[in-house]
Amino acid sequence: MSTTVAERRIAVAAQRKHSLHRSRMWALWGSYIALSVFVVMFLVPPFYTLMTSLKSSAEISAQTGSPWLVRHPTLENFWYLITYPNFQRYYLNSIIVTILTVAVSMVISVLAAFSLSRMGFWGSQTLSTGVFLTYLVPPSLLFIPLFQIIGQLGLINNFWCLVLLYPTLAVPFCTWIMIGYFSSIPKELDEAALIDGAGYLQMLWKIFIPVAMPGIIAATIFAFTVSWGAFLYPLAYLYTSNQMVLTVGIISDLIRGDVFQWGKIMAACLLASLPPIVIYAFLMDYYVAGLTAGATKG
Amino acid sequence: MAEVSCRKVVKEYDAGVQAVKGIDLDISDHEFVVLVGPSGCGKSTTLRMIAGLEEVTSGEIWIDGDVVNDVPPRDRDIAMVFQNYALYPHMSVFDNMAFGLKLRKFPKQEISRRVDEAARILDITPLLDRKPRALSGGQRQRVAMGRAIVRNPKVFLFDEPLSNLDAKLRVQMRTEIKKVHQTVRTTTVYVTHDQIEAMTLADRVVVMNGGNIEQVGAPQELYHHPATRFVAGFIGSPAMNFLPCRVQDGTNGGLAVRVTDSITLPIPPARMDRYGKFKDRSMILGLRPEHLFEYHEQAKPGWTRVELPVDVVEPMGMETMVHFFVDGVPVCARVDPATHAEPNEILPLTADLNQMHLMEPETGRVV
Repeated sequence: MSTTVAERRIAVAAQRKHSLHRSRMWALWGSYIALSVFVVMFLVPPFYTLMTSLKSSAEISAQTGSPWLVRHPTLENFWYLITYPNFQRYYLNSIIVTILTVAVSMVISVLAAFSLSRMGFWGSQTLSTGVFLTYLVPPSLLFIPLFQIIGQLGLINNFWCLVLLYPTLAVPFCTWIMIGYFSSIPKELDEAALIDGAGYLQMLWKIFIPVAMPGIIAATIFAFTVSWGAFLYPLAYLYTSNQMVLTVGIISDLIRGDVFQWGKIMAACLLASLPPIVIYAFLMDYYVAGLTAGATKG
Repeated sequence: MAEVSCRKVVKEYDAGVQAVKGIDLDISDHEFVVLVGPSGCGKSTTLRMIAGLEEVTSGEIWIDGDVVNDVPPRDRDIAMVFQNYALYPHMSVFDNMAFGLKLRKFPKQEISRRVDEAARILDITPLLDRKPRALSGGQRQRVAMGRAIVRNPKVFLFDEPLSNLDAKLRVQMRTEIKKVHQTVRTTTVYVTHDQIEAMTLADRVVVMNGGNIEQVGAPQELYHHPATRFVAGFIGSPAMNFLPCRVQDGTNGGLAVRVTDSITLPIPPARMDRYGKFKDRSMILGLRPEHLFEYHEQAKPGWTRVELPVDVVEPMGMETMVHFFVDGVPVCARVDPATHAEPNEILPLTADLNQMHLMEPETGRVV
């Protein structure tokens, strides 16, 4: 009697295990299918860009065979761009603008986030909400009034105006990310630092910045992306090729009238995407969550 | 080393809530004082005001002969150990301990001498290169203490430092803290809600309740001579039994307390003068569980036999707790484990009335 009960129990357990296994299998299949759709959607355009960039103008316009394959691969588009002084200029301008934008945005947003999240002064709550609200205003609404301001500053058709403008896009969001990160740092950590003899700036520099590094990296990536990829502002404010950055330079230089130099445009896109790819790959290694593990009981 | 004093210290928050209601406290040099009380009694707030992490609404805080109300924490020469350790997660154990000294621009050799010394006292020398996340709870708490010791401050402040540890480690670290204090002799203010920690560690215990100090005294004094019903109930575990009663004439011209119609306990002659003036008044009888034990044939003076119906029996190994209800009021007795006690049976007990306390129901004052 007892044996049969035990056997039945084992059978039930096995069945349960089996059904658990089955439901997990279905979940995995679902995930794979969803991820495949996602991967195809996001990787097909870059693949097509790469294929086109490796073709000569003649092969692109020939319209024979599959457009997904290259029959006579060539690096002539890349070579043309690398040796093209205008393209070098755009690249350099983009690098200068981006480095300065990231630096300015991060200094402002780290200081702002620290004071808003930690110093608890009168109105700090309202101000933090205000900072986020400014992020919700679309840039396309602002570029006409900003044109007036930039004009009065005498910075029309001068890429330095972007160093002034991009932080207005990057700072609110970066500050918001950093407020979240700083708020997650236990209050006792700053109190311990205060008692240990640190002032507010030392506390920020020696405790908050190292501990909130993942947040700072996330904010840096965001500021970089905003600055490197922005299109509307440079299109509105820059019109000579010596001042242009990559985004507008590529379309204004490589599209002449109704002639699209597809091979060169695609090659330029790939070259322009290199810095983000490198930076993402490099910073992701440092993007380790759980750096605060061990600070307090957790 | 220094004395610490609080003079009429009040802490009021924005909403007009008073967390600390004008306390006076003097802590002498080398003393280990424990602030104890339930949550929200103002003990942590008091400690944080001494640390300078909270502003004082009114009153004065003195450290080493100076009023420090407006002195920032870093200039008060204090060190604090937090409940959740508050170690800097990106620094090694050595750097955590050295941080305060580095900020104060101590020479390198002096820093490493002091850190090594503290690490030796706390037995954490092999851990100096590790990061906090690679340490266990007890080790982290040692590092937090090490950070305080290296500074060689005037005052140590502990804010519930053992509450995050498991029970076994807590007992071990308690001994550790006592040992450290015996070695360095720094004036210490220690906050806890655990009365056992308070009793075992303190030179003097400060019992706080509702923002006021209920009583200050040595652990044994608080245990044997509580000033109020609150202190009587807070100190000691399990808590003291409180029974509503009436003082009345007893046999042979003595006095007695009548608890119920069937339970009347004679007051020992030594207490007659003290309790005489409360005759015919409703009072509260306080008797600790350890003073209500198994019945002995050979009774000593002041021992009285009572019989109570058992509700719950809790064997603890070295002793057994037996719970009863007397007129709906819970009562606990601490009996010998060899005593046979079963639920719903009547158990004969001895009440040692030499240890009784009598309190006024309105004020809670022990008379």
